[in-house]
Amino acid sequence: MTEKTVIPFQGTPEQEAQLKEVIAKHHDQPGGLMPTLQEAQGIYGYLPIEVQKMIADGLGVSLSEVFGVATFYSQFSLTPKGKHRISVCLGTACYVKGSDKILEAVEAKLGIKSGECTADGMFSIDSCRCVGACGLAPVMLVDEDVYGKLKPDQVAKILDSYK
Amino acid sequence: MTIEELNKIKVAKADIVKVRTIIAEEGEKLAKETGYRKQVLVCGGTGCQSSHSMDVLKALKDELAAQGIADEILVVRTGCFGLCSLGPIVIVYPEGAFYAQATPEGIKRIVDEHLVKGEICKDLLYKETVHEDGSIISLYETNFYRKQKRIALRNCGVIDPEDIEEYIATDGYQALYKVLDSMTPDEVVNEVLESGIRGRGGAGFPTGRKWMFTKDAPGDVKYVACNADEGDPGAFMDRSILEGDPHAVIEAMTIASYAVGAHQGYVYVRAEYPVAVNRLQIALDQAREYGLLGKNILGKGHDFDIEIRLGAGAFVCGEETALLTSIEGNRGEPRPRPPFPAVKGLFGKPTLLNNVETYANIAQIIRKGASWYNAMGTEKSKGTKVFALGGKITNVGLVEIPMGTTLREIIEEIGGGIPDGKAFKAAQTGGPSGGCIPAQHIDTPIDYESLAALGSMMGSGGLIVMDEDNCMVDVSKFYLNFTVDESCGKCTPCRVGTRKLLQLLEKITDGKGEMEDLEKIQDLATHMKTSSLCALGQSAPNPVLSTLQYFGDEYLAHIKDKRCPSGVCKNLLQYEIIADKCKGCTLCARNCPANAITGTVKNPHVIDTTKCIKCGVCMNNCKFGAIIKK
Repeated sequence: MTEKTVIPFQGTPEQEAQLKEVIAKHHDQPGGLMPTLQEAQGIYGYLPIEVQKMIADGLGVSLSEVFGVATFYSQFSLTPKGKHRISVCLGTACYVKGSDKILEAVEAKLGIKSGECTADGMFSIDSCRCVGACGLAPVMLVDEDVYGKLKPDQVAKILDSYK
Repeated sequence: MTIEELNKIKVAKADIVKVRTIIAEEGEKLAKETGYRKQVLVCGGTGCQSSHSMDVLKALKDELAAQGIADEILVVRTGCFGLCSLGPIVIVYPEGAFYAQATPEGIKRIVDEHLVKGEICKDLLYKETVHEDGSIISLYETNFYRKQKRIALRNCGVIDPEDIEEYIATDGYQALYKVLDSMTPDEVVNEVLESGIRGRGGAGFPTGRKWMFTKDAPGDVKYVACNADEGDPGAFMDRSILEGDPHAVIEAMTIASYAVGAHQGYVYVRAEYPVAVNRLQIALDQAREYGLLGKNILGKGHDFDIEIRLGAGAFVCGEETALLTSIEGNRGEPRPRPPFPAVKGLFGKPTLLNNVETYANIAQIIRKGASWYNAMGTEKSKGTKVFALGGKITNVGLVEIPMGTTLREIIEEIGGGIPDGKAFKAAQTGGPSGGCIPAQHIDTPIDYESLAALGSMMGSGGLIVMDEDNCMVDVSKFYLNFTVDESCGKCTPCRVGTRKLLQLLEKITDGKGEMEDLEKIQDLATHMKTSSLCALGQSAPNPVLSTLQYFGDEYLAHIKDKRCPSGVCKNLLQYEIIADKCKGCTLCARNCPANAITGTVKNPHVIDTTKCIKCGVCMNNCKFGAIIKK
């Protein structure tokens, strides 16, 4: 196991106030934990244990239940993501058109693996399963921008444009 | 809203939408009567938006304003046309001129030449719609569309999904009125039963029976839910329906709520589909505003409303009990059935759960009658099915075909065949739960039974085409990687079984496979099929079993000859320079990241196989075809 650097929690009072509003909104809603976690991740960018504790206290459920749900779904992240989030589609349509080679090119260019974040906090890489743009396979997303019909040698230039 | 008000909107908007379905002279006459001499449709589906159709839309609006003709031309942002590989798509009516791969520069020409001067820009049209003599045909006469029968997709690419009045113009909410006004819940259920429609989400359970079970289940509180957690990678019809015709789903769920006696509905959508979620939210708001959702719908005393719940990226949530558990706010783990959701579902109450595509057929079945619907299809599979064509095929996109259409018709005619002159090898249906259909079965008529007989399944409708360059062992490994990731971990046969199966496949693709591994695979697969808790684990071995059945020789090549016939599995490959062809240009040596190539200028180079990392850069760079992999 490689040791992971723990980035200290840096939540602001504004974020906490927003979170409290979200908790109040979903407090009495049946099945409100998932929407709360989704909106909390929207506020903080990820779900550190401090945020999970606030949600558990606010909704009146145990921390283990919050942690259980937060770790079950791939959309929730317990670690911070990069300023620019790269997502390479590894859905079937992209895979048979060589998206694994695209992911390799991204990893080689940034020197990190999928699921990791660069040391300067600029980029994080994830793979995803189908964004539904199969007509453009293979597809890579950088934040909201979609790059389709990609070739591995185009990757470096695209990433350079986000510096 | 009353039926009179509904019909008033329908009449007022009907001609505007009709212009998009008839072309030539009749369309031209009608277009003039509507006050818009031309209509320009721009695809706003995720596929086209990803190829920047919104830039095209903006350029179009800017140019229309600049030319001063913005009020003569109606611009409509529609849902998906289906031909995603040609995006961004722009269609001009009444001519039905189909512009493919439109750009902001091209759109300026279209405005200037076509919309202002009346001369179609033929060089920008999809080439299949232009005859040699220069005459153009409608999109619906092309090979891609001709054999299709669009029911679930009828409004996709036709109406503006963000305008409820355009849906009403195409007979929208008429079925709901018919049901509330003149049918008993039993009659509604019977109509659905008789239509013969089966669940389009995967398993193919008769939809009418689900409705009947939920209606008959005791309980005052019941729910109607929609499965829009389209997890099969490569399938995107549910997304397209939500993006292109969201009211069809809302109307069907409301009809279902009347039939089973529910007052609250949930749509569980993948969070990866932001456009679909947004359009659905807009549609829900409009339906409420028009009195088509909420209290006393259409003045007929029925109450019903719908809430959106977002998934969070878990494939297992496509399984019905897992999905309902997830709506309840928990880890989306499945539970044993029975009790089935129809008896004990969401929050412990009877719940009707159907998928998006199933719902998209319901209003038309009610409006046109069960006998209209069950006249289409095969004996046991009625109606149509939407497929997402992907992979190694020319026309990547969405197609809707009557059940019983052959795979050959889909791939060769509708799909336009395999690009680059490659040979068709197999079509994969059913995603991670399905299997491969090899070339020798290409004439199989597609329905639930025939696909199951071939060891695959209908699934949600992903149809991925593979050619000679795809290694079937590698494809199986891909699917197992997926199920290992997505297994929820609740039951051992799936959690451990998928991992063990993947390890065996990795051993084979690494060149360390032994013949007894094939027996181990069969044995493990049997146990997983019989003892996993839900369909995810039960069907996870299918991709391996079906490729073993049809492509056993590829497995043998990997195990016995330590060779990957398709040249995919890295550890079984060797790159070699053919001395006769090598000109000694040094390009390969300079680009090799591992410094594994040596040689001097104008003399044949050599690859040191102990240093080679098999990245393939040398082969891609060689201008003389001197490097081969074997």
